[in-house]
Amino acid sequence: MTDVTSQPPRPVDPPAAPARRSLLIEDPRTRRRNAAERRFRAYGVVAIALAMGALVFLLFTIFRDGTSAFFQTYARIPIAIEAQVVDPAGNRDPAEMQKVLTMGYGKLLDNSLAAYVEANGIEIEGLDDRDLSSFFSAQARADLRNAVLANPELVGTVIEAPVMTSSRIDGMFKGRVSRESAAIDAKTSVAQYDLAMAMQERGDLQTRFNWDFVTSTDSSDNRPEAAGLGVAILGSFYMMLIVLVLSLPIGVAASIYLEEFAPKNRLTDLIEVNISNLAAVPSIVFGILGLAVFINFAGLPRSAPIVGGLVLTLMTLPTIIISTRAALKAVPPSIRDAALGVGASRMQTMFHHVLPLAMPGILTGTIIGLAQALGETAPLLLIGMVAFVTTYPSAPPEGFLDPASALPVQVFNWTQRADPAFFERASGAIIVLLVFLLAMNLLAITLRRKFERRW
Amino acid sequence: MNTMKFSASVLAMLAVSATAAAARDQIQVAGSSTVLPYATIVAEAFAENMDFTAPVVEGGGTGAGLKQFCAGLGENTIDVANASRPIKEAELAECRANGVNNIMEVQFGYDGIVFASSINGPDFALTPQDVYKALAAEVVVDGKLVANPAATWADVNPALPAQEITAYVPGTKHGTREVFEEKVMAAGCETSGALEAMTVLSDADKAEEACVKLRTDGRSVDIDGDYTETLARIDSNPNGLGVFGLSFYENNTDKLKVATIDGVAPSVETVASGEYPVSRPLFFYVKKDHFGEIPGLKEFAEFFVADAIAGPGGPLSEYGLVPDPELARVQQAVAAETVVAAN
Repeated sequence: MTDVTSQPPRPVDPPAAPARRSLLIEDPRTRRRNAAERRFRAYGVVAIALAMGALVFLLFTIFRDGTSAFFQTYARIPIAIEAQVVDPAGNRDPAEMQKVLTMGYGKLLDNSLAAYVEANGIEIEGLDDRDLSSFFSAQARADLRNAVLANPELVGTVIEAPVMTSSRIDGMFKGRVSRESAAIDAKTSVAQYDLAMAMQERGDLQTRFNWDFVTSTDSSDNRPEAAGLGVAILGSFYMMLIVLVLSLPIGVAASIYLEEFAPKNRLTDLIEVNISNLAAVPSIVFGILGLAVFINFAGLPRSAPIVGGLVLTLMTLPTIIISTRAALKAVPPSIRDAALGVGASRMQTMFHHVLPLAMPGILTGTIIGLAQALGETAPLLLIGMVAFVTTYPSAPPEGFLDPASALPVQVFNWTQRADPAFFERASGAIIVLLVFLLAMNLLAITLRRKFERRW
Repeated sequence: MNTMKFSASVLAMLAVSATAAAARDQIQVAGSSTVLPYATIVAEAFAENMDFTAPVVEGGGTGAGLKQFCAGLGENTIDVANASRPIKEAELAECRANGVNNIMEVQFGYDGIVFASSINGPDFALTPQDVYKALAAEVVVDGKLVANPAATWADVNPALPAQEITAYVPGTKHGTREVFEEKVMAAGCETSGALEAMTVLSDADKAEEACVKLRTDGRSVDIDGDYTETLARIDSNPNGLGVFGLSFYENNTDKLKVATIDGVAPSVETVASGEYPVSRPLFFYVKKDHFGEIPGLKEFAEFFVADAIAGPGGPLSEYGLVPDPELARVQQAVAAETVVAAN
């Protein structure tokens, strides 16, 4: 340094000349560096745009295909409850009347529709018995039968109630079935299409919001229009309850011990490595484990939310332990030192000071773990949750052992069915699942905001 | 302390699960995905019309269902296994080894297997021979076994459209695959004379095996998923020809065009009369030993094959089942609780 100042100033070398130029003018090197930064930012923007584009496309297709599942077409025509069909013995004895199966009630609906067509002077070429009998949902017969059995007084009267139409009729008002496609569709016909349009013109066919999609049970392949998510939502809810009740205390206790009390030795290192590893194990492996341990060994029933809950608990535990440990680590050591300094025991320090401060992090981790478990399908395939269940599980705790389905497997289930109406239902189920996930993530954010403390 | 409460509830949960093995009051069914829709229709109608809890029905495939079925007796095992093929000797032996001795075999109807292509494509009039020549891994040319050279359907039979060969065939875990191999590939192999030619080249067993071997050069694609996947493949590849169940086709006639086999178009009528050659019986298997334990099991089996359900005009034929012409005999066998004979 001193050498430089003591020597007389040398003539400046030509390469150094630009350095003396104004700071406001970029030299080539700066320009290159700035360009590199601009390019990098552009890459970032492109990456985000791609990700957002994919998300928007996904949401768009799901909502485009799925919103129609929340609507359903009903007909309102007079239905004559003919005594000779529903009560052949003629004594209004419900036990006798029960012998008429659901299929028998189809006749009532067919006759009533035929009478309606005649009474309203609707004339359609080629309208045959098959068009009439496939107009209403098979579920309508079951509903009618239940109503008549519950109230035998109805026999011989004419009732007017909304009657659920079949999936093809429903599809005509949702753009799924057109006059052209009806012509080549074995399950409907042009005549049936014209009849539906004529009825709609008269205001006797209405498409309205369909709560049953959320509340009612799954239904067979013959009546896609009646399928609902009730059992799946209850099953998912029960499983989340089990996961929460089991994984939160176990996970938090494990991480507190590992983080605060456990000696640092080879054994705890091994445990740590294993926990991190478990978090990355494919979920199907937990399903195989659940099948072997909970069903085959412990003798728990198949298709029960308790088995699903236990399997998902195992899957969620590593996530909760890792996030809880991170939250505990983030509490400043000064808090611990101060508590210990005024004479608190290590456990008091932990439970009175460190744990409350770590709570927002723990809660967030738990809810994210739960959200992940809610969307999990693979492990549930092996323990019989992909089942056709048409009875609601009873209230907990007995309900934990009743057969149930789950939201993601219901989606999986419906996409495999032949009738195209189930595709719409599957997209509708995805919307419901997304709403649940969004609600859980919002809860996580709110809790974190509420309890968060900054130093 | 919260932890105390939590551990108390954990203990409560474990106590509940310990009593889990007690009393199951719903029938459990699993097995073939072809039979699954029929079983769900029956389960739904059964719960509606009878005073029993709704049965729980799972899919999973014929093989997996029978394996579960044969795992043993008791409430932790399923009561009914659906199958799209008869139970095999080896499976029966496993059943017996696990104490499942009294098995009732119930054949409740038939299902046709159809070849269908995109609704916008050309018509196909196939014969088993055409399908064999198009899809076999190796064919006999001039007395020598060579890798299948056919690239378009017209190469196989000039009467067929000059369309690239791409076929979507159910994977080996499906019961449908076996029927396809037996009724189409093996039959085509025999009628085309390839079986004879190959028997000359090697021995008879090997020739039969070679007959049902599908080409692996990408022109025949195994579909391990369900028919919906096959449909999606045909949607994206208009040249594709897929193998479906008749009932699946009947539900999607606005998207698919069906091929005739030997000049016969598949329908409930032609399958029932035997004119359409590619069909197979559908079964379910019931554990007779569970009759006393699981409420409604016998009633379920009887309900399944009742005229109002599995007969013509019933909800199963509405969905696409070909009713068994000898349903009355099946009903008698179920009522008499006839079991599969031990041999």
